[in-house]
Amino acid sequence: MMEITGTGIGQGVAVGPVVRMAERLPEPVDRPSHLDPEREGERARASLSVVGAELAARGAKAGGAAKDVLEAQAMMAEDPSLIEAVTTRLATGATAERAVFEAFATYRELLAGMGGYLGERAADLDDISQRVIAHLLKLPAPGVPDPGHPFILVARDLAPADTATLDLDKVLGLITVDGGPTSHTAILAREKSIVAVVGAADAAGLADGDTVVVEAARGVVTSGPTPEQIAAAKAAIAERAAQTAVAPTPGALADGTAVPLLANLGSTDGAAEAIRLGAEGVGLFRTEFLFLDADAAPSVREQQAQYTRLLTAFAGRKVVVRVLDAGADKPLSFLNDAPEENPALGLRGIRALRHSEAILREQLTALAAADAATDAELWVMAPMIATVDETRYFTSLAKELGIRVAGVMVETPSAALIAGRVLGACDFASIGTNDLTQYTMAADRLLGTVAALQNPWHPAVLRLIAEVGAAGAELGKPVGICGEAAADPLLAVVLVGLGATSLSMSPSALADVRASLARYSLSDAQALAQAALAAEGAAEARAAADAAATDITSAREAAS
Amino acid sequence: MQEQTVRIGSTHGLHARPAKLFTQAVAASGATVMLSKSGGTPVNAASILGVISQGIDHGDEVTLVVEGGDERAVLEQLIGLLSTDHDD
Repeated sequence: MMEITGTGIGQGVAVGPVVRMAERLPEPVDRPSHLDPEREGERARASLSVVGAELAARGAKAGGAAKDVLEAQAMMAEDPSLIEAVTTRLATGATAERAVFEAFATYRELLAGMGGYLGERAADLDDISQRVIAHLLKLPAPGVPDPGHPFILVARDLAPADTATLDLDKVLGLITVDGGPTSHTAILAREKSIVAVVGAADAAGLADGDTVVVEAARGVVTSGPTPEQIAAAKAAIAERAAQTAVAPTPGALADGTAVPLLANLGSTDGAAEAIRLGAEGVGLFRTEFLFLDADAAPSVREQQAQYTRLLTAFAGRKVVVRVLDAGADKPLSFLNDAPEENPALGLRGIRALRHSEAILREQLTALAAADAATDAELWVMAPMIATVDETRYFTSLAKELGIRVAGVMVETPSAALIAGRVLGACDFASIGTNDLTQYTMAADRLLGTVAALQNPWHPAVLRLIAEVGAAGAELGKPVGICGEAAADPLLAVVLVGLGATSLSMSPSALADVRASLARYSLSDAQALAQAALAAEGAAEARAAADAAATDITSAREAAS
Repeated sequence: MQEQTVRIGSTHGLHARPAKLFTQAVAASGATVMLSKSGGTPVNAASILGVISQGIDHGDEVTLVVEGGDERAVLEQLIGLLSTDHDD
């Protein structure tokens, strides 16, 4: 038995035999062509165009996020600059295979050298290059193998074209040797709920037919598992299947304490899917999409129509709408077009709206009108609140314009530290953990070099959340969570232990969080929270919560 | 010839989807469009590889030069695309 570690995507478990993806084609030999450059040019253009058409067709079949990625790849295959680079090489007497290889390699190096997100796109170019060369050589295109039985796919890295068309009945799980948490493999595995561990360097040693257990939650692949480990994995798979098979129930702890599970939405399009996945309402509706394409704020009537559509989809349920959250990082010319050195600390959120009160008034008026015309329970909140004064400003304006429930987002340490006074001046708080972490840790959430600090498990962040939870409990006011943190099944329990009364997340995370909450009572959750709060750093807090959770579950098993 | 400089509105810069939408629009316009990142060498704006390999980030300034067809209308459409945030 051997454990291989990588980055797990999601919470799933898979067990089965390994099938490795075909190794890459060798680099085409650099030899003079026996054809003339025009003839080689025709061959190259024909293969590039066939591969482009194939990728576009795969995109159309896959749909969703995969469609965009594959369409972009199809464009790369027929890119005018690339064809120019191929032609230049053919003029020196190269073969079409070699010219295509070199032209793609040039762009590949360029992207790889840029690192980060663009560096990970380099794999896309390798894939297109391989497909074109295979077509030129009349070899089968590299791709996902089909051994005729279910298997765990092991690959160096999957190209979007592969992940998009994976046969989910056959592919039990996915292990990649390369690729990080933001690679396409990871993004698409997340979207399609494929059990995956990416960046598992030691998986390169796995051979066809090896039995492995893939545990995404731990980011671990076990090769040569014991019969007990296989049985445990199969039990975990059956348990997850049972969870998704039953109609989703409202979020609740083991002792029955209700914890409503809500959806984060960025437009009205995702409403039906969110409800299907068991969202009990909307915990964060972002309204930026209404404004981003516009030179001027949309009219009250246009806004009212959109809000009415949203509230109608969630009739009888709670919908928390966040008023426009714009700033120098999401510039809207009509709101704030002055460049800022430090957009995250600038005129954004409620600050920008207060500066352009007419826009806020129109939005609140449209929301109140949509609320009056529908029977959802509308709550409205303001982003980037830092002071009690801003809280009073927003709630009094909201009430004046007919909003019944008005609250604030807690994203700044200042709002968390005086949460009692902030909550005293409004109806509810919702904690935006992404920004709260960014401001607490003084680490730009968009900057890869400080990404390690952007971790909501840090006890400093948890302590601020505890402040807000305690203030909410004392005043009897709801405290929701609407950041990424709520989508982490273990952290979700900790957040409830810290006093969160509802959790809002991407709809795809609802099932795992629902199952996790059902395992712990409120006092268990509080014990997990205390363990995490007492830790030294983010990793230690997670480990402490994990240990406390294991203690609780094993004590319960021993008692039963 | 029409020329204009614009600041990139997309949160994640001119990569992947925003770059695709942009180069598709350039190709559809029929005009010859060159794009350059503040002081850099101009690249064919219809080339998705040329555009993404510029490593254009949110807030960067890029200059577009349009030649052929209804230059003003093409330029305005492309400037609109670049200043919009296509990421959630």
